[in-house]
Formats: sequence, C-alpha cells, structure tokens
Amino acid sequence: MPRVLRDFLSVGLPVVAIFALLPLVYANQLLLFNFVLFLILAQGLNAIYGFTGYLPFGYVGFFGAGAYGFALAVMHLAAPPALALLLAGLAAVLLGMILTPLLRLSGAYFAIANLAAAQAVYQVIANPALQDITKGPYGVSLASVFAPKASYGAALLILAGVLALVAWLRHGRFGLALQAGRDDPVSAAMAGIPVVSARIIAWLISALIAGLAGGVFAWHISVFYPETAFDLSTSIFAIVFTLFGGAATLSGPIAGVILLYGLYNVIGISVPQYFQLIYGALIVGLVLFLPRGLASLLQRRGIDVP
Amino acid sequence: MLLHALLGGVIYGCYFTLIGLGLNLVFGVMRIVNLAHGDVLMLGAFAAFFLFHLAGLSPFIAAPLVMVGFFLLGLPFYYLVVPRLALAKDAEMLSLILFFGVQQIIEALAAIAFGSSERSIPGRVLGIGPFHFLGQNLSRAWVIGAAIAAGAVIALYLYLYHTRSGLLTRAVMASREEALASGIAIHRISARAFAIGLALAGLAGVFAPFMLGSVTPAMGVSVNLSAFAVIIVGSLGNPLGTVAGGLIYGIGLLLMQTYFSAWADLLPNLLLIGVLLVRPTGLLGRRVRLA
Repeated sequence: MPRVLRDFLSVGLPVVAIFALLPLVYANQLLLFNFVLFLILAQGLNAIYGFTGYLPFGYVGFFGAGAYGFALAVMHLAAPPALALLLAGLAAVLLGMILTPLLRLSGAYFAIANLAAAQAVYQVIANPALQDITKGPYGVSLASVFAPKASYGAALLILAGVLALVAWLRHGRFGLALQAGRDDPVSAAMAGIPVVSARIIAWLISALIAGLAGGVFAWHISVFYPETAFDLSTSIFAIVFTLFGGAATLSGPIAGVILLYGLYNVIGISVPQYFQLIYGALIVGLVLFLPRGLASLLQRRGIDVP
Repeated sequence: MLLHALLGGVIYGCYFTLIGLGLNLVFGVMRIVNLAHGDVLMLGAFAAFFLFHLAGLSPFIAAPLVMVGFFLLGLPFYYLVVPRLALAKDAEMLSLILFFGVQQIIEALAAIAFGSSERSIPGRVLGIGPFHFLGQNLSRAWVIGAAIAAGAVIALYLYLYHTRSGLLTRAVMASREEALASGIAIHRISARAFAIGLALAGLAGVFAPFMLGSVTPAMGVSVNLSAFAVIIVGSLGNPLGTVAGGLIYGIGLLLMQTYFSAWADLLPNLLLIGVLLVRPTGLLGRRVRLA
C-alpha cells in the first residue's frame, strides 16, 4: 500500500470518522465545529510552515478573507452556500497571490510583514468608509443560508481533503521537493527542483485551506464581526497547536489541537488570562527544550511518526 | 494646519524613534527579534502609573527608576534564555517564537494583576499650559516626550561611539564570529545591550500615558507593529538609523490623521510592507552600513 494512502487511512480517516459520529452522542455542536475548524487551520499552517519553513503570523488574514468572501458572495450575489464556499477559497487565493512577493523575505521579516498584511486587510474591511460593501465594523448576518448540519458536514469534507493533502505532501514528489527546498535551498535548486515556484504553490495551497475554513466558519456561525474573523489569536492558536504537536507530520498538528484546544475549553473559556499564561509558558518551554514538538520525542527513538 | 501636522509629526517621530530604538539595538547586536518589546513598554507604563498614583512620584523621577530596574532585570533574563537559544540552527526564527511566548506570559500576568481597565496619568503633572513654537500651540507633554526621546538617542550615540563598551558592541554587531575570535566576551556585551534595550523600552513606557493615550495590558501588540514599522523603515540592525524611520513614521502618521483620518491606522502596516518589499535593508540600510 502506498505510504500516502497508509497514513491517510491510519490517521486522517479515523479523525474524520470520529468527528462525523460525535454529534450523535455529544450535543455541543459548536464546540465540535471549532475543533474541526482548528484541525483544518493547523494543517493548513503545517502545509506552509512545516514544509517550507515560512511562518505566517498573519495566517488569519486568509481565514478572514475567506469568511468575508463567503459573506459578500451571499449578500451581494445571493450565491448558494456551495458556490459561496468556492468563492471564499478563491478570495483567499487571490490575497495569497497579492502577498506572494512577501516570500522574498526570509524568516522573521516574512512573519512580521505577513502580520502587518493581515492587519491591513482587516483595517480595510472593518473601515466605516466601506460600510455599503462590507458593513464595516458592524458585522455581517447571513441568516438566510444558516444550516448548521450542512455546514458541519462541509467542514468535515474540507478536513478530509486537507488531511489527504498533507499526507500527500509528506510522501509525494512535490512535498519531498518542498522539504528539500526547506532544508537546503541551494542544493535543492542544484538538483533541479524549482524551489521558488514550489514554495509559491505551497503558499497558495495554504491560503486556499484557510480561505475554505473561513468560508465554512462564516456559514456555520452566520453572524460575525470583523474582529472575530480577523482575530489574531486564530493565527496564534494554529501556530501553537502545530508547533506543539510537531510540524511536517500529519498526526502532530492533530494531537496539538486535541490536547491544547481541549485544555483551552476546560480552563480557557472562563479565565482566558490563565490559558494565555499557560500557552505562553508552553511556547517558551517548547522553543528551549523541544523545538520540533511532541512528535520529536518519538522520532528521536527512531519511531516513524505518520 | 499643515505646519501643525508637520511639527506634531516631528514630535511624534522623536517618540516613535525611542520606541524603536531598544528593539533595533537588540536586533542589531543579537539578531534576536524581541516580539515582547511592546509589552516591556507596557510594563514601563504601568510602573509609571503606580509610582505616580501610589507613591506620588512624577514621571521624571519614575523614568530613571524604571530604567535602572529594567536594566537589572534584563541581565539575568538574557543569561537565562539567549545563550541557549543561540545554539539552535535557526536562532532568528526561534527567537521570534520564543519572545512571542514571553509576550503572551507578560500580557497574561499583567491582565491578571492589573485588570483590563484603561489607566492614565493626568497630563498636568508634566507642567501646565501649551508650548508655543513657530506660532503653533503644541501640547507640553508631547514636547517633553520628544525631548526625552532625543536625549535618549544622543545618549545611545555617545555610548556606542565614545565608550569602550560601545566599541565592542559595534564589533559584535558587525560580525559576531570575528568578535568572538578576537576575544570579545560577546555574551557580556550582548547582555548589556539587551538590558539597555529593555531600559529604553521602559523609558518609552513611562511617557506612553502622555503620548499614546490610556494604558492597558493589551497595548503591546499595536506598539510592536509601530516599532517594527519604524525600525524596518529606518534600517534594521542600525540603532541610529531608527531616527530616520521614526521621523518618517511620525510625520506620515500625523499627515494621515489630519487629511485622511479614516485610513490613518493603515499607515504603519502599508509602510512596513512597502519598505520591506522595495528595500528589505531599510531606507538607510546600505549607506549607513558602509559609513
């Protein structure tokens, strides 16, 4: 059995199946939806950070672009949800294309410029001057397409697709080329790998994933404000979950979301400062003692983590 | 109105220079991105607030106290974290993530200790009445903030160019490896620079209640974005290049606020992205480096 299929069947599919069955026994569907959303976002971030080494601090910009792409399509074009979802993904990809020149920057500069870009998009969308188009700071309401069951199902489909994609990135030709470009761009280029265009494709894939996540978020929540769609903590959560589990693996980000987002829901909702304190300490501890995440605990012992 | 906007811009520019100054020094010497810079500034602002409201100390007395305190805290913090970080392969990137964690810790602790309400210090403690200059009425607090900032820039210049420790600091900035090879105790020099960076952030924080409005534990993030815009526009890694970035930023901000107020918040972000894309070394990058 090819390794892509093996990884997807052993890790990806069970996760999707569990989240498909959980609503039958657990009533809080919004919480389950948020788990699915962060599973998607963490893998989307993994696609760019894990495989190219670029850390997008403003990843939420794509998420917000997707959410507003969906909202604008429903409000102004009266698009059905499925079409609006596609347009949401398209909006994020377009934003990704506009921001492609940022990939010229390295490391920290890229992260900061990306953060600034996400803020700029937020400030444009939330600007009162654009109230006729985006409803500015007053938020959008999409009650006409509200359908929690259908949108949860759509989120699961996206999750399944994203997990398959990351499994393919880990073992497929394209993903291996990306990883070679991440580890040593000069040697990879000498071996004939088009490092730059491969990176751009990974960047757009990652934007597409966040855009779809934003679109399905808008559909499921149906009433939201620019601050929620562009909340910086969305980027931060996705980054911390991915780092904690282990980037460039399929199961690492999943473990990160389940453990940390679970922890957040136990203690974080009532006293967010304590959770912020804990994950701040967690990040410091991770960087100093376990920079490759939980997965590296097993990898060090020679165990292959899918 | 134009003249007022320009003068206000220069004043704000001086203050934003002070905000970026410490961050740029730390980056220049250690190649470390201190994402917690804005939160250190926030702590300085809270220190000034409590020193004023509980002990009745004016900001002029609070400023040296905060600077000394932050300097002394910075030294052990450096040794605790940075040497270990420098061992890693991708230290610059990891430092960004690490200090992001530190920022979260500071913000959370500040929110737990101080609550999230907005605090301020009345402007009259810096003296009463506006300041007249070129026929314009300028807020006295602004002028004092700008003067303090200019003083800090001059002091840093004297330190870097007219003391032995400053000479060694510039050597480490120019090349870490060669500095190490020629026997410079890079960790001692770096620790000093790091602590000076924190002290400068603290000094900016003491005057933040007058320049940036009320103080909250969550203010660090937006301060950080402004600080990054300033040092990237100026030139990364060259502390004195910060002055150019600060002035451009301040004048740009005040002009935007005067003529396109709805879009003024966009300025730092667009300036930052624009300069990064066109000249990643900053506007003064090459020329200053060669000099």
